[in-house]
Amino acid sequence: MSKDNVLEISDFNVDFWVDGVWYPAVIDMNLGLAAGKVTAIVGESGSGKSTTALGLMSLLASNARMDGSVKVKGEEMLNAKTSVLRSFRGREVAYIFQEPMTALNPLYTIGFQIVETLRSHFDMGPKEAHTRALELITMVDIPNPEQSIFKYPHQLSGGQRQRAMIAQALACDPALLVADEPTTALDVTVQAEILDLMRGLKDKLNSAILLITHDMGVVADMADDILVMKDGITVEHGTADQIFNNPKHPYTQQLLGAVPKLGSTKKRALPYSESAKPAPVLKLTDVTIEYPKRGRQPAFTAVKNFNLEIYPGEIVGLVGESGSGKTTVGRASIGLLPVKGGSIEIVGKEIAGADSKQLSSIRRHTGIVFQDPASSLNPRLPIGESIGEPLYLAGLAKGADLARKVEELLDQVELPRSYRNRYPHELSGGQRQRVGIARALALTPDLLIADEPTSALDVSVQARFLELLQELQGKLNFACLFISHDLAVVDILSHRIAVMQNGLLVEEGDRDQILKNPKNDYTKRLISAVPVPDPKEQKIRREARLATKK
Amino acid sequence: MNLFKRKEKATGEILAGGESAIANKEVEGLSQGQIVRRRFFRHRAAVGALVVLTSLIIFVMTALETKIGPIRIPGWWKWTTEDIPALRFEDCPGGTTGCPTLSLNPAGGFGLGTHPFGQDDIGRDYFALTMNGARRSLMIMFVIGAVAGFIGVVVGSIAGFYGKMVDAVLMRLVDFIQTVPTIIIAAVIGKAAGKVGPLYLALFLGILGWTGLARLVRAQFLSLREMEFVDAARVAGASNIRIAFKHILPNAVGQIIVSITLIMAGAILTETALSYLGFGVVAPDVSLGLLISQYESSFTTRPWLFWWPGLFIISIALCVNFIGDGLRDAFDPRQRRRITKKDRLQAKLQSKVGA
Repeated sequence: MSKDNVLEISDFNVDFWVDGVWYPAVIDMNLGLAAGKVTAIVGESGSGKSTTALGLMSLLASNARMDGSVKVKGEEMLNAKTSVLRSFRGREVAYIFQEPMTALNPLYTIGFQIVETLRSHFDMGPKEAHTRALELITMVDIPNPEQSIFKYPHQLSGGQRQRAMIAQALACDPALLVADEPTTALDVTVQAEILDLMRGLKDKLNSAILLITHDMGVVADMADDILVMKDGITVEHGTADQIFNNPKHPYTQQLLGAVPKLGSTKKRALPYSESAKPAPVLKLTDVTIEYPKRGRQPAFTAVKNFNLEIYPGEIVGLVGESGSGKTTVGRASIGLLPVKGGSIEIVGKEIAGADSKQLSSIRRHTGIVFQDPASSLNPRLPIGESIGEPLYLAGLAKGADLARKVEELLDQVELPRSYRNRYPHELSGGQRQRVGIARALALTPDLLIADEPTSALDVSVQARFLELLQELQGKLNFACLFISHDLAVVDILSHRIAVMQNGLLVEEGDRDQILKNPKNDYTKRLISAVPVPDPKEQKIRREARLATKK
Repeated sequence: MNLFKRKEKATGEILAGGESAIANKEVEGLSQGQIVRRRFFRHRAAVGALVVLTSLIIFVMTALETKIGPIRIPGWWKWTTEDIPALRFEDCPGGTTGCPTLSLNPAGGFGLGTHPFGQDDIGRDYFALTMNGARRSLMIMFVIGAVAGFIGVVVGSIAGFYGKMVDAVLMRLVDFIQTVPTIIIAAVIGKAAGKVGPLYLALFLGILGWTGLARLVRAQFLSLREMEFVDAARVAGASNIRIAFKHILPNAVGQIIVSITLIMAGAILTETALSYLGFGVVAPDVSLGLLISQYESSFTTRPWLFWWPGLFIISIALCVNFIGDGLRDAFDPRQRRRITKKDRLQAKLQSKVGA
């Protein structure tokens, strides 16, 4: 490898000490990264990509052990003195983390935090540092830099916080920028802007970027070189072109195959004819939902005059960015939130204003799959009990009969029957989500509401989950409201798509009509911001998007 | 060779684990209860304290005669609190009487003697008195724990589960009780309770001691009721009572147990303080605090009358505290085991053997 590489990793190993045994997390990694280049490390959760990022600068917990060699600008970082490490951290190697809300200190203004970084590395007066901080904030395009410099993290939006963190990272013109899932917590339109910003700054400052992500679209957008990791092992390393167009390793092929790609699925016919529509399973008419005022916080209208009908046997995708009110619609549809105005009908029965008895009889026709597999199952109950609870409470089954039904449901979602007695923490995220489906389907509902069920899952797990959901839907023929922020996932599943923005329904229609020929500006922007996992196509899309912006 | 082995291990074991396999290695295939038990037994101080406290309770409870209604179970100690043997004055320092005969000096020979803890003013065996006092103190401690625990859990659950108005009213009640200084109100009631016996004193202290626990349980309920599994249960048709007791309470049980043990450790000290001030247990009943108070004046001349009850108070309170600490660590999922020097050494040896 060439000498002028900014980062040079050779035979890098990381192990963790757990319960008396060393478990390897990164095995024999080799990597060279030149100035002005972007190398992406991709892999699913647990593959060791974040461990690598933190290990470079010895930022891991005390139960980690590292060997091999990590050289930054020719200087050895492993087992270096703390003083040496400190002089490199922030100065030569800067980090951008996933969650800017937790990575920035909520007690200090962003200006203060940038000044702190500057003054701990350079001999600089407070005024000088302030001027430089202002320059940095202007550089990352935060609006009103003069005022924003005095703002606290909670006063900024998610995207602005991420910009502030980038400004802090760039404060000392680092030679290497380590970005650990920098856009995972952001909406697609914001993500596109942040990626544009990072690309622009890299060219301007000639920094090297080590990008860690699980999103193949982001990789296609940014990376020159790609390193694919699985269980700590580097399975493939090559240029972006090689990896995307000619993957050698079966795992890379499988990974790329599992990534949902916008606009790649065939045309899908509606399960009913447009002229003779059956009675809708879910009918929302002029629904308005308000979060009541709390103390000094005024009441907040989350959803306004919302209209949507879902017919038997179809899947309707509800998409929108965070805060658009899509989850609120989902929760109100099964009576978990009170409705302020309008009507919600499930199989012809009104939910708005129903008492608890009516509500529980209506709920027998519905099921819901939640977003977070970690909190949607009671950690103290074996999963068999969680699945059987709706049946037991509805008085449909008891004792041995209940056990048999639970086993049937487990078979349906392809989990072994022996899992009945396991606890949620023993299951992986994908398995927990399957348990969630089994529970939602226990009463053979007419309507299933799926609230971002795959957002916490790895792509390969997600692919299998979506397949399973489609199979079950085909077999049981329930109607489904599928809430997601991921247009590609909605593309795979749904017959129709509804788009929400700020509590309003902005566009609704056939899947192909929405994705290929959107009428509304917001929908257009949303679709163009989605990165496609193909470097060439993504480049074309990016340029087209930037052209429309100007 | 080493390299090959490591790779094999990585692919084999971690593949089987799937996501975040390394983090979950420690808890694979265990139920929640098993995990807690395992973590607790790793906490050396807590396990030690549990052993000491258990043996102490057995020791104290069997030493003297126990009366349960008509049944009498004789104790193993030769004296009772009523016996008044002659005061011993041989080889006591500085012309005092009734010094302890316990000898732990290996040179002078180990022996209990007739009165290992010594005798009081009129010659009563001080070991018997201390045992009797310790018995009372332990009883008071457990009663306070049970009463405060029960009220705290019930009030906290109701406030946290229903929220809004119910919560506001109950929490103001908690505020009110917390503003009343326990020691003063206990002194007033203790004066009256002294005549009705230590059980009522314990009940009363329990009624005052639940406020902290109620706050804690409320906070737990407030955060747990926002969890998605509670919504899932509601959609499944569960009633409020079922949600509160089947879904939420079991998830808060760890915090509750920990808090109750700490209440109990505090209770034994409160009882001691009250009795010392003369408002708690009153003669002819005995408790550890009362013993200290009664023989306060003899501290300079006959310090053993002070030491023995003090020793028991300290060991009981310490043990309960340590157990509470151990339980808290065991129930807290964020607590990870620290890497000790021994672990590092072992790991080094392992990698050498592997090489």
